[in-house]
Amino acid sequence: MNTDIAVVAFAQTEHTGEDSGLSEVELLAPVITGVKRRTGLTRFGFTCSGSLDYLAGAPFSFVSALDAVGAWPPISESHVEMDAAWALYEAWARLRHGDIDTALVYGFGKPSQVRGDGGSELRELMTLRLDPYYLAPLGPDQVSLAALQARAYLDQGHKEDDLRAVAARSRAAGRANPFALDLPDPEGDEYEVAPLRPGDCPPVTDGAAAIVLATGDKARELCERPAWISGIDHRTEAHSLGARDLARSESAALAGERAGVRDGAGDIEVAELHAQFSHEELILREALGLGDDVRVNPSGGPLAADPVMATGLIRIGEAASWIHRGEASRVLAHAASGPCLQANLICVMSHG
Amino acid sequence: MPRSDEGEQGLLTAAHSLEFPGGYTRSVGPVIGRFLTELRDGRLVGVRTAAGSVLFPPAEYDADGEAVTEEFVDVGPEGVVGAYAWVPRPRPSHPLDRPFAWALITPDGAGTAMLHVLDLGVLDAGAKPPRALRAGLRVRPKWRAERTGTINDIECFRPVVTTINAPVHADYRLSAGQALTRFLSGIAEGRILGHRCGVCGKVYVPMKGLCPVDGVPTTEEVEVPDTGTVTTYAVNNIPDPRAPGVPFVSAYVLLDGADIAMLALVAGIPADQVRMGMRVRAVWRPREEWDQNMANIKWFAPTGEDDVPYDDLRDHL
Repeated sequence: MNTDIAVVAFAQTEHTGEDSGLSEVELLAPVITGVKRRTGLTRFGFTCSGSLDYLAGAPFSFVSALDAVGAWPPISESHVEMDAAWALYEAWARLRHGDIDTALVYGFGKPSQVRGDGGSELRELMTLRLDPYYLAPLGPDQVSLAALQARAYLDQGHKEDDLRAVAARSRAAGRANPFALDLPDPEGDEYEVAPLRPGDCPPVTDGAAAIVLATGDKARELCERPAWISGIDHRTEAHSLGARDLARSESAALAGERAGVRDGAGDIEVAELHAQFSHEELILREALGLGDDVRVNPSGGPLAADPVMATGLIRIGEAASWIHRGEASRVLAHAASGPCLQANLICVMSHG
Repeated sequence: MPRSDEGEQGLLTAAHSLEFPGGYTRSVGPVIGRFLTELRDGRLVGVRTAAGSVLFPPAEYDADGEAVTEEFVDVGPEGVVGAYAWVPRPRPSHPLDRPFAWALITPDGAGTAMLHVLDLGVLDAGAKPPRALRAGLRVRPKWRAERTGTINDIECFRPVVTTINAPVHADYRLSAGQALTRFLSGIAEGRILGHRCGVCGKVYVPMKGLCPVDGVPTTEEVEVPDTGTVTTYAVNNIPDPRAPGVPFVSAYVLLDGADIAMLALVAGIPADQVRMGMRVRAVWRPREEWDQNMANIKWFAPTGEDDVPYDDLRDHL
């Protein structure tokens, strides 16, 4: 069994804050073409995608996205109704069988088209993912639930200014990232849902991303400096918000430990965290033991571009790029799913 | 058919809705079903976990993945707020159309919390979080009159009653009396008048027409200047319409030539720099605003002279 698996190519769209007029498959096609050109591959041992049918409002909408991949003769394919970081996990597990040596992973989301009368948008749509007995009928939107977690975190003795600092740093980093949105410095005292202000919340973003995984010699053949996955794990906790400690992320801590992050995370140089709200970054830093010397979300992270269902995969791609460019030796990527960081995936990658 | 129109880039767009007409029928099972049935009948129940705690709202498994027992336990209905989120501008999908909070509420007797709506009263859109909103706030459900067995059978939670507002109001017509009328007629002319006691010789400003020490009437009128010395003072943090702002200083000012200090505002100096022994002078309103009352003097402000030593004030404290 070949267990050496690496990220060898990554591509993403220049994400947009409004509908660019492209359909999902038109959004996706250039990034698939991008990773094919970068690796020279046209066929993959396995293909896996992550997307959300609710974003398009049609069942099995991910099937049409295969037009961007090319599925004839028939390919071995799978899909997760989660962020594509979990599709990458499935592809990683599939590659561990050792009978194939490449896998294509992609994710895409076009939340700009979630628009209803009265101004409903993505944050209301996300209510549909909640348990239908106790949560969804109350109508709590995504930002409201995140604000609950922010309050639980602040009540541990943290300051709202800590949130503001994360928002300002993320937006500034995003302005320097050609793929992220160009958002101004957060300003104003108005709360979106207290204690969160608009800058603490992710922008509605359309986009797509693709990654190629390869094993052993194939990875070395396709990429000068493969980003070897030294550990990857994902953990989930209770869906019910009242049954867990919202101020901490035990699932992120456990996934990190299982992925090889030791307390203090001493050798991690760069961490890309799927923190959609500014307090989530602070909770994740604590859970993973990331010190001030770790560069967190140099891309700007989800506060600068949040193409839902690709956002987590982009964290893996952005982190791997530091190794591809020879600018870091050990990096960490995180992806999240569910309300208030319910599920967390940690992927640690190394050079050599 | 959806109406087609042209988007900004000249591409076609159309409105589209995803819906299960009439809603999606879900089975709730015996555990959630018991909870919803009790809820319809106006009761809150949790379920005992294998470890002995009470899971609320009930589910088939607890957060550790252990199957729960078949023992249902009455909880609440009063409970306590844990985490909360304040919605200053509700959105159309929200349960209230005025500011409210989401809160995780743990009913008494339960080990876990439930998300629900917390109504803190009628506030304008954009309102800041009320001070009452904090972890530990005790709340009770407001039940709907018609209940059907859904989580919305509770309309919202409301704080328990801890205070009432008791109106106090009575109307009077007060007479200032002869001495005060004379004093205020002096003030109306920009003069500060007092009486000297014929027995002890002390000068009272304002005068009462009596010496409270000797118990004799006083009649000898004395005019004193509008300068004096702060004998003692207090820093106030509750706004007062007469004061320039908060914090403000109220002080006893011993006017030069008087033997009894009078209460006045001190301003024109930061509150934390006011001192016992500080020399002050009255700040009068413009003459055209004068009337027969003490508002003619806005407050006293520092003169900049050297402070009066404590020993010289000792007898006036």
